[in-house]
Amino acid sequence: MSRALSGIGVGSGTACGPVARMAPPPTLPAARAVADAPAEARALREALAAVAAELSEHAAAADGTAADVLSAQAMMAADPALADMAAALISDNALDAPHAVDRALADFRSGLLAAGGYFAERAADLDDVRDRALCRLLGRPRPGLPDPGHPYVLVAEELAPADTARLDPAQVLALVTERGGPTGHTAILAKALGLPAVVGCTAAATLTDGQTVLVDAAEAAVEIDPDPAAVQRARDRERRRRARAQGAGPGRTSDGHPVALLVNLGGLAELESAAAADSEGVGLFRTECLFLDRTEAPALDEQQDSYRRVFTAFAGRRVIVRTLDAGADKPLPFVTSGPEENPALGVRGLRTAARAPELLETQLAAIAAAAAGSGAQVRVMAPMVSLPGEAAWFAERARAHGLPLAGAMVEVPAAALRAERFAAACDFLSIGTNDLAQYTFAADRALGALAELLDPWQPALLQLVAATARAGAALGKPVGVCGEAAADPELAVILAGLGMTSLSAAPACLPEVRAALAALPMAHCRELAALALDAPDAATARARVREHLG
Amino acid sequence: MSLPLTVTTTVGAASGLHARPASLFVQAAARQPLPVRVARPGQASVDARSLLSVMSLGAGHGETLELSVIGTETDSEDAQGAQDRQVARTVLDELAALLATDLDAVVQAGR
Repeated sequence: MSRALSGIGVGSGTACGPVARMAPPPTLPAARAVADAPAEARALREALAAVAAELSEHAAAADGTAADVLSAQAMMAADPALADMAAALISDNALDAPHAVDRALADFRSGLLAAGGYFAERAADLDDVRDRALCRLLGRPRPGLPDPGHPYVLVAEELAPADTARLDPAQVLALVTERGGPTGHTAILAKALGLPAVVGCTAAATLTDGQTVLVDAAEAAVEIDPDPAAVQRARDRERRRRARAQGAGPGRTSDGHPVALLVNLGGLAELESAAAADSEGVGLFRTECLFLDRTEAPALDEQQDSYRRVFTAFAGRRVIVRTLDAGADKPLPFVTSGPEENPALGVRGLRTAARAPELLETQLAAIAAAAAGSGAQVRVMAPMVSLPGEAAWFAERARAHGLPLAGAMVEVPAAALRAERFAAACDFLSIGTNDLAQYTFAADRALGALAELLDPWQPALLQLVAATARAGAALGKPVGVCGEAAADPELAVILAGLGMTSLSAAPACLPEVRAALAALPMAHCRELAALALDAPDAATARARVREHLG
Repeated sequence: MSLPLTVTTTVGAASGLHARPASLFVQAAARQPLPVRVARPGQASVDARSLLSVMSLGAGHGETLELSVIGTETDSEDAQGAQDRQVARTVLDELAALLATDLDAVVQAGR
């Protein structure tokens, strides 16, 4: 007898396989009386030594920053002061080993937190050492990605960036998380890897290792112990889906109306696969990757080298570079000043340029120098623009550096509402649907509980997209979408119908988007867009369009 | 009475003595023939061979730190004492010089 759990689907694929859960961090058990203090201290020293050895092994297998962090963590676990302090807590305070190691690390941890800034960020490294030591002492599986030795469906409460970086796409069939929303970290990763995923699936807490599940992203469902007929149907559908996605070339409706298909690029690590994808260029190059995990901005020549690599890889195609989008969930010590009560509503994106103008100047200079002679059609755009004057100022600064094409992102409702003035102030507009949804609905994009409001099918969001498209068309300026909305093949049809001239998404999503556009004439896309705009809510909009697409 | 030998230096690491720069310093301290302690001026000193303790100082770029060797022999007046003092002085000078360099840059260059 099968049973289905529901959540938020990411992508449109399906996959069937055994569950392997990510082990949650260990919790401290109730304190226990220690009969043999010397033996307890020995167990503690052995556990710490084992953790140090394990971390050194990981460090040897990693490279770059990851290797440095892991070696430092190994030294923390091997720190004689830690072992001595914990041993003293066992002999003098009669603590058991798990409580002793927890208390000793908590002391060092509070020292780091008190120091603030870069030091406070390292507290997470200590927490990881603590978790690993506790797992050793309690005989529990160590936290982290499972390694069952066969392909599996990864089930977790939520995935952290560190976990996902180590995820092996050859072993993971699908992702299911208890928390997370449609634009969260797991969803973005699933799209980048082309994995079907169901996020925000609270009931996934009941799934256990080895259970067979059928993950259906299009239906946003996880079926436990599916019957063979259902598995076969899903396989057939998956095969048809892949066959549909066989097309190639520029994005076009069936009657030849162009809608450029572009890729989102989040870092140089993705460059090779992004450049290899069949696309018309980069619709969103997030330059934060060059600035994160640093205490000072990279120098002009270092930035220039990085941009040059991207432009060379995309020679003959367009590359839209978004200037630094710091602040909010991406604080940088040299840009952001201290914590804000509401960082999403704070000094972020282009707003930081008022505080640190030299950062933008250096970045524009580096982009311009890298663009010269690279063969790529380089454009720049500014994040978090709220006033037409800001867009005009940005375009003026770009031109001063010899960058002729400058655009503004439409992420704030104010920009969509006054889109005509924004379009007049610069050369193109690009709608960031994730942030536009967050600010339109006053719904934190990281909250799975608000997923319904953040659904890109919400007619209010589509109405702002439509208004922006009309303004662009009136002035002959291109308007594209570079948010997660562009990755949904059915929604892509609606966005084209609303008048988007380009769609930018994770490379793995483009084949299906291309196929969806190629199946319909523009007039039909417009009719479906009108149907979605007229719906009372996202679910109805989606259902009505699906009904017509058949 | 045993008098500590002390050397004062400033932290050269651009982002302070956080994990990676601190680990380079701690590794260097562990290689020395004498145990060295490190402190903010006027505060309790910690073992320079303990990464967690050194990090917990939270020493930022440009901050002053004191390195010391608490000798049992280094205060004696004989020839052996003079030689021990010389070794301690060399150890402290070497570690002080290391702290004053930009260890962040060393880490970057090492990649």
